[in-house]
Amino acid sequence: MVVSIGFEGSANKLGIGIVRDGIVLANPRRTFITPPGEGFKPVDTANHHQLNIVLLLKEALDEAKIDPHEIDVVCYTKGPGLGSPLVSVAVFARTVSQLWGKPIIGVNHCIGHIEMARLITGAQNPIVLYVSGGNTQIIAYSQKRYRIFGETVDIAVGNCLDRFARLLKLSNHPSPGHNIEQLAKNGKIYVPLPYVVKGMDMSFSGVLTYIEDFATTLQEYTVEDLCFSLQETVFAMLVETTERAMAHCGAQEVLICGGVGCNIRLQEMMAEMCKERGAKVFATDERFCIDNGAMIAHAGAEMFNVGVLTSWEDTFCTQRYRTDEVEVKWRNDV
Amino acid sequence: MDMKEQPYVLIKQGSEAKIYSGSFHGKPCLVKERFPKRYRHPQLDREISTQRLKNEVRSLVRCRLAGVHAPTVYCVNMELNHIMMEHIVDGVTVKDYIKDPTSKSNLDQLASTIGTTIGLLHSQNIIHGDLTTSNMLIRSGDISKLTMIDFGLSFIDHSAEDKGVDLYVLERAMLSTHPNSESLFEVILKSYLKTNKKDGKETLKKLDEIRLRGRKRSMAG
Ligand SMILES: Nc1ncnc2c1ncn2[C@@H]1O[C@H](COP(=O)(O)OP(=O)(O)O)[C@@H](O)[C@H]1O
Ligand SMILES: [Mg+2]
Repeated sequence: MVVSIGFEGSANKLGIGIVRDGIVLANPRRTFITPPGEGFKPVDTANHHQLNIVLLLKEALDEAKIDPHEIDVVCYTKGPGLGSPLVSVAVFARTVSQLWGKPIIGVNHCIGHIEMARLITGAQNPIVLYVSGGNTQIIAYSQKRYRIFGETVDIAVGNCLDRFARLLKLSNHPSPGHNIEQLAKNGKIYVPLPYVVKGMDMSFSGVLTYIEDFATTLQEYTVEDLCFSLQETVFAMLVETTERAMAHCGAQEVLICGGVGCNIRLQEMMAEMCKERGAKVFATDERFCIDNGAMIAHAGAEMFNVGVLTSWEDTFCTQRYRTDEVEVKWRNDV
Repeated sequence: MDMKEQPYVLIKQGSEAKIYSGSFHGKPCLVKERFPKRYRHPQLDREISTQRLKNEVRSLVRCRLAGVHAPTVYCVNMELNHIMMEHIVDGVTVKDYIKDPTSKSNLDQLASTIGTTIGLLHSQNIIHGDLTTSNMLIRSGDISKLTMIDFGLSFIDHSAEDKGVDLYVLERAMLSTHPNSESLFEVILKSYLKTNKKDGKETLKKLDEIRLRGRKRSMAG
C-alpha cells in the first residue's frame, strides 16, 4: 500500500492531493483569481501560493484523515510552468519531505494530467489530447514514452480563449474559459475565423488577432456570437488533428485532459467524431481536468512503485519540461 | 458518374474521409468521400471540405510533373465532395509494410526511396502537409518506387520553412508509430538531400531550427 502526497502550483492553481493506491483521499485547491481584464503575473501568483499552502496542507491532511508518518512519498510538480510559482511550491515540498523524513519525487505536470485521467476514466491506450492554458498537445504512447504527435506551433488553445475573455473583460471566476463556454451557448451567428491546421499541428495566434480586431470594430455580431464562433473554430481544429492521429495509430480511444478538457462543447464534438469511427472518448470533470494535487500524487506513486525517486540535488524546477523527456517506466505495454 | 449506379463498398475510414472501392469504366476505382463532419459547424465544414478536395486534386495532377507516382484522378464531384481515382489494388501503406516483420531487411532501401520521393515533391515546391507513413503506398512489394496519396492539406510554396515543417511532421509521425525509427529518418534525410538539389541543404537547416523551437516552446500550466 502506497500513500502519496502531491503538491501542484505550476500556474494560478495551488493544489494538494493525497492518494492511497489510486484512491483519492483529499484534493483541495485554491485558485488565484485576478480582476476582469487582467492575467495572473508570476510574482503575485507565487505570493498567493506561499500564503495559502500551509493551511491547504492542514486541510488536505484533515480531510484525508492521514498523519504525516503514514505518507510514503512526497511529490511535487517539477515543470513545465511558471518559474516562481513552481519554485514556491517545490521549496515547501522539499521542506516537508525533510521534516517528515520521506523520499521526494519531481513529477512532470503533463504526465500527471495523463496518468490521473487514465486512472479516473479507465482508458487503456488512448490518443491523448492535452489542452490547457499553457499546453496544446496530441500525444500517443509508444515504447515507454508519451510521444508528441502534434501540438500548437504558437500559443496554447487555453491561452487563446483566456486572452479573448480578458479583452471582453469577462470574469476570471471560476475561469475565463468557463465564462466563454456559457456565453457561447447563446451564440447564433457563425463568424468565419482563420482555421489553421498543418498536418498534426495547429496555430491559434492568428485566430486570436483576427477575432480581437473584430471584437473592437464590428457591431453586427454579439459577444455571444463571437464566443460561439471562436469555440467552434478552435475546437474543430483540435478534433480534426486528434482524429488524424487516431487514424494513423489505429487508436480506438481518445482521452481529453487539461483545463480546457472540462469544456462540455469540446467533449461533445470529440464524442461526435468518435461515434463516426466507432471509437470511445474519455474525459474527466473539473476536479481532475483542472490542475490539482492528486494528479501529482498519483503519477508520483506510479513512479515510486517502480523505484523512480528524485535525488536531493535534482529537486529543482524547470519551466520547460517536455512530455516526451520522461521515461514511462511504470507502463509495460508497447 | 454517380456512385449509386454501381455497388461501391466502404473499405476504409482514413483521417478525414471514407474510402469506397468499385470500378470506373472497367478500371478499379476508389472513391474518397469527405463526408460532412457533424462535430463541425456546417458552414465551416463545407468550406474546409471543398478546400481540401481542391488541394488534393490539384496536387495529384501536379505530382506527375514532379515525376512522383500518384493515383490518376478519374472524376470529381464537388457537390458530394467525391474524388474518383485510380485504385492502387496491389498497394500497401508504408506503415503496414514497416510493421510487417518479414520486411525488416529492406527498410534502409525503403527509407532512401521515401527521401527521394519527398525530395522530388519539394523541388517542385509541392508541400504535402500530412506526411505520414499511412499516406505512402508500395506497389507489389517494389520499394524502389512510392505512390503518394492524401494531398488534402497540400499546398504550393517555395519556402524552406514549409518544407522543413513537412519533414518535421513526418519525423514525429514516424517516431510515434515506428519504434527505433531514428536511424531510418536519418537515411530519409540523406537521400532527400541528394534529390532536392534546389534547397535541400537550407531545408535541413530549417528542420533543425524547427526541432529546437519545439523543444524550447515555453509551456506553463
Ligand atoms: N488510390 C488508392 N489506392 C489504394 N489505396 C488507397 C488509395 N487512396 C487511399 N487508399 C487507402 O485509404 C487510406 C485513406 O486514404 P487517404 O487518402 O489517406 O484518406 P484520409 O485523408 O482520410 O486519410 C489510405 O491510408 C490507404 O490505405
Ligand atoms: Mg491519410
